[in-house]
Amino acid sequence: MTAFDFCGASLHADPSGALVWPDRRLMVVADLHLEKGAWYAARGIPLPPYDTGETLDRLEAAIARHRPDRLVCLGDSVHDGDAARRMTPEVVRRILGLARGRDWIWIAGNHDPEPDTLPGGRSLAELALAPLVFRHEAAAGPVSGEVSGHYHPRARIRLRGRTVSGRCFVLDRHRLILPAFGAYAGGLDVTADAFDPLLQVEFEILFPGPRRVYRFAGAAEPYPRRVGTTEISTDGRRLAQTVSTWWIELLRKSSNSESSSSSPSSSRTKACCFRM
Amino acid sequence: MLAAARAGKSALLLAPTGGGKTLGGFLGSIAELAGSAGTGLHTLYVSPLRALTQDVHRNLLAPISEMGLAITAETRTGDTPQSKRRRQRMRPPDILLTTPESLALLLSYRDAAHMFATLRSVIIDELHALVPNRRGELLALGLARLGGLAPGLRRVGLSATVSCPGDMEAWLSGGGDVERIHVADTARPRISISTCGTRLPWSGHMGTHAAVEILDAIRAHRTTLVFVNTRAQAELLFQALWRINHETLEIGLHHGSLAVEQRRRVESALADGALRAVVATSTLDLGVDWAAVDLVVQVGAPKGVSRLLQRIGRSNHRLDRPSRAILVPSNRFEVLECEAAVQAVDRDQRDGDRPGPGGLDVLAQHLLGVACAGGVRPDDLYREVRTAAPYRTLSRSGFDRVLAFVETGGYALGVYDRFRRVVRDHAGCLAVASPAVARSYRLNVGTIVETPMLRVRMRRGRILGEIEEHFVQSLVPGDTFVFSGRLLRYEGLRDVTVVVSPGGGREPKVPAYAGGRLPLTTHLADGVRTLLEDRAAHAGMAAPVAEWLEAQSRVSVLPRRDRLLVEIFPRGDRFYLVAYCFEGRNAHQTLGMLLTRRMERAGLDPLGFVATDYVIAVWSLKPAGDVGSLLDRDMLGDDLEEWMAESSLLRRTFRTVAVIAGLIERRLPGQEKTGRQVTFSSDLIYDVLQRHEPDHVLLEATRTVAARGLTDIARLGDMLARAAGRIEVRRLDRVSPLAVPVLLEIGRERVAGSALESQLEEAAEDLVSSAMAPVR
Repeated sequence: MTAFDFCGASLHADPSGALVWPDRRLMVVADLHLEKGAWYAARGIPLPPYDTGETLDRLEAAIARHRPDRLVCLGDSVHDGDAARRMTPEVVRRILGLARGRDWIWIAGNHDPEPDTLPGGRSLAELALAPLVFRHEAAAGPVSGEVSGHYHPRARIRLRGRTVSGRCFVLDRHRLILPAFGAYAGGLDVTADAFDPLLQVEFEILFPGPRRVYRFAGAAEPYPRRVGTTEISTDGRRLAQTVSTWWIELLRKSSNSESSSSSPSSSRTKACCFRM
Repeated sequence: MLAAARAGKSALLLAPTGGGKTLGGFLGSIAELAGSAGTGLHTLYVSPLRALTQDVHRNLLAPISEMGLAITAETRTGDTPQSKRRRQRMRPPDILLTTPESLALLLSYRDAAHMFATLRSVIIDELHALVPNRRGELLALGLARLGGLAPGLRRVGLSATVSCPGDMEAWLSGGGDVERIHVADTARPRISISTCGTRLPWSGHMGTHAAVEILDAIRAHRTTLVFVNTRAQAELLFQALWRINHETLEIGLHHGSLAVEQRRRVESALADGALRAVVATSTLDLGVDWAAVDLVVQVGAPKGVSRLLQRIGRSNHRLDRPSRAILVPSNRFEVLECEAAVQAVDRDQRDGDRPGPGGLDVLAQHLLGVACAGGVRPDDLYREVRTAAPYRTLSRSGFDRVLAFVETGGYALGVYDRFRRVVRDHAGCLAVASPAVARSYRLNVGTIVETPMLRVRMRRGRILGEIEEHFVQSLVPGDTFVFSGRLLRYEGLRDVTVVVSPGGGREPKVPAYAGGRLPLTTHLADGVRTLLEDRAAHAGMAAPVAEWLEAQSRVSVLPRRDRLLVEIFPRGDRFYLVAYCFEGRNAHQTLGMLLTRRMERAGLDPLGFVATDYVIAVWSLKPAGDVGSLLDRDMLGDDLEEWMAESSLLRRTFRTVAVIAGLIERRLPGQEKTGRQVTFSSDLIYDVLQRHEPDHVLLEATRTVAARGLTDIARLGDMLARAAGRIEVRRLDRVSPLAVPVLLEIGRERVAGSALESQLEEAAEDLVSSAMAPVR
């Protein structure tokens, strides 16, 4: 667990991806996406049906570590509006068990705009507890003390000789975005365009390792914020000239050629990453 | 061929590349069709390459029209327009030329039974390129299905000469008889080795030192194919050639990362004789006839005898004239490998992979395809599947588990019964639950799962090609690399496109493309070992090589075939352990992981290792004591298990298996949207499944496929077993000559710029003078 200050609040980042506010005995998790496997199964893609159980296992462990009085689920707690109906009695029983004796808050998200169908808690559009405010998706414009989810941030850290990647917290002086907690919730790299309007040039990431959370300064030079000047070496220029006379010509012919036989869309199948 | 055809017998034709064997395969069909064309699909031709179907189609039409026959022949591939495809299914031609994937698609339509009922003969071209791999498994299942739809079907296999023709025969037979016809080589290829005198490098794999010699060879011939082993090497050599190409000879580039249209353009320029040379990777290994090519240059070691012959066969694609080839080893060890390869060619020896049992993921794809067409009961399907050679030993329970996966996911927690993909109809036959399932099957058919690729685009400009995602992940904005024959600067990732600008002034950081490097085959490794022992042969080799080997026997000892030589020596503040295993780079990589684990436990403080095709070097703060126990065979037990569990190998394999089996859909072109999207990686699924149902059929398939991909582990096991009690340890006071190349590999894996090159050269001189100095 790693302690840090954010807008005057002393917070802890748990390696599971949960955020803890000890002074308020509060824990926050974002983007559980419960019942996502079954949502795919109903569409002919029978993903292993263990995601909801796995997510609840992780949540149970985090709750056991911190024993919060209040638990805030920051939206997209279920994958779709039908999820509550799909939950097995076992799943409902587990949620009720975890919620017993604590104030459980389902914040509305884009996957679950009306979370009042969910068991065990009360539902809110957002929650303000000065100096912080908890909502699903970061609001446009200037904010302060905002804690949100939705973007599923992940990061790549270059260590000596190898790169590790995983879910992370990302924050600047005004905003804190939590990693997704759900077992089947994917991630979006913090250098992606989507974060541009949200984060200041200087930001930090909190990167969960197996036992503790590590803190890194954000590499705040993603395209297009920094476009280097183009300098061409003598070698590079010479190469460009000799090759260009003929080779580049040949390649150019190909791009506006008559050969419609191999349309690029039919030609190659790509990788298999799920998109959601 | 004709005799076998008349008797209705299946046949395997083994002939050297360019033996005109393809048309030979059609002889029987044309003879039969001469009197009875137009009565439905008679002959199906399947080749691994789309381009080859087009080529064969052209070559087939000429004799048919010359003989004035009314036989119709058409191709059907991913390029065939929709309207034509539909018409082909309703009114098929007499002869249809297609690929394994298109055949699987045809078999998934409800009218497949009707379309293939008249089929008499199926011809499979370049069989040797299909049998040992997963496309071959899918095709074997397709053939079994064809056998079910058209009993008495004759199978004809066309293959290059292979080391184990029995494997081909078994694969082809489907349980029936096969007549083997072997056409012998009439003209052996003329192969020479060019070692470039004293410029022969100690290490490295790029071969750019030989640019002058290669350009001379290009100048002296009409059209030259310059084969290299990796795409990075292709880019570098292409640049090196152009740097000295003052006459502007037309030299092109061809590899798998270039945009498809660019590749097609180079191919047709080659066919038209408009090129003097093409620097190519294995993308030009197979298939199409380039009549104009009169020289093949292989830069870097050939890695396998069959592969070398396949490549050499690209020149003088005619039986009666010898092919002409030049081998350009890129370092001293590769000279030995080239010599061994030439010896093997002279002795008519071949190497090659043996096919293993078929993958359960491929079977899952096939079962879903069969369900799309409908009309088959599971019991009959099980019997039919077992006629496919890769699935001959499939158990009924194994079949049922795969079928359960196809139907509902097959999870122990049976909660998906209401979401069935495949159901049984009133007759007990398999059928898909909805048209959407069939659509999804057809979009995802095939066993080739490529590593994730990202498009490369010029800022405000054209798409240049595609590049592996993991390579891009190693770049930071401002890095430069060589791609598509040009120096480019990485600007950033825009959505799923790599944005680049013309190259900057820094040294290029060359793409370290995945999968480019094939390991040395066992057969060729054995040749190198024999050659090392044969002192008489050393005299005949290039002077730098002979000197080098002579120095080794003075300073240390030459490795012997029946011993495992291990050298231990200090250098700087470290101790190096170099083992001369000759089992290929992949096996050595694994050995390195396992060995450093053990040395860690033994308190030797290992710091790193580096593996080449020939040796493994590990360095540590303390010298290894008991080498025998370090290299004990038991490292393949617990250490291997642990390492496999930790490494990303299983996760990567799972992704492939899950795509083939139809659990994860491929990301198809045009479906990528904006960078706001969240990627949902197969790792998440793997982690959850591994934790909750480790015995699931997909995880079983993953482990089997991974273990098969690691044939190198079997090699490692054999090597360790052989080595037990026969390890020859030499403790030296400094580096030995034979160890110099591997020590030079340290730290050069990723970057190959010329500044680095010169640093390395300095380091090399130091190393070399220390290694080659006379014994005090």
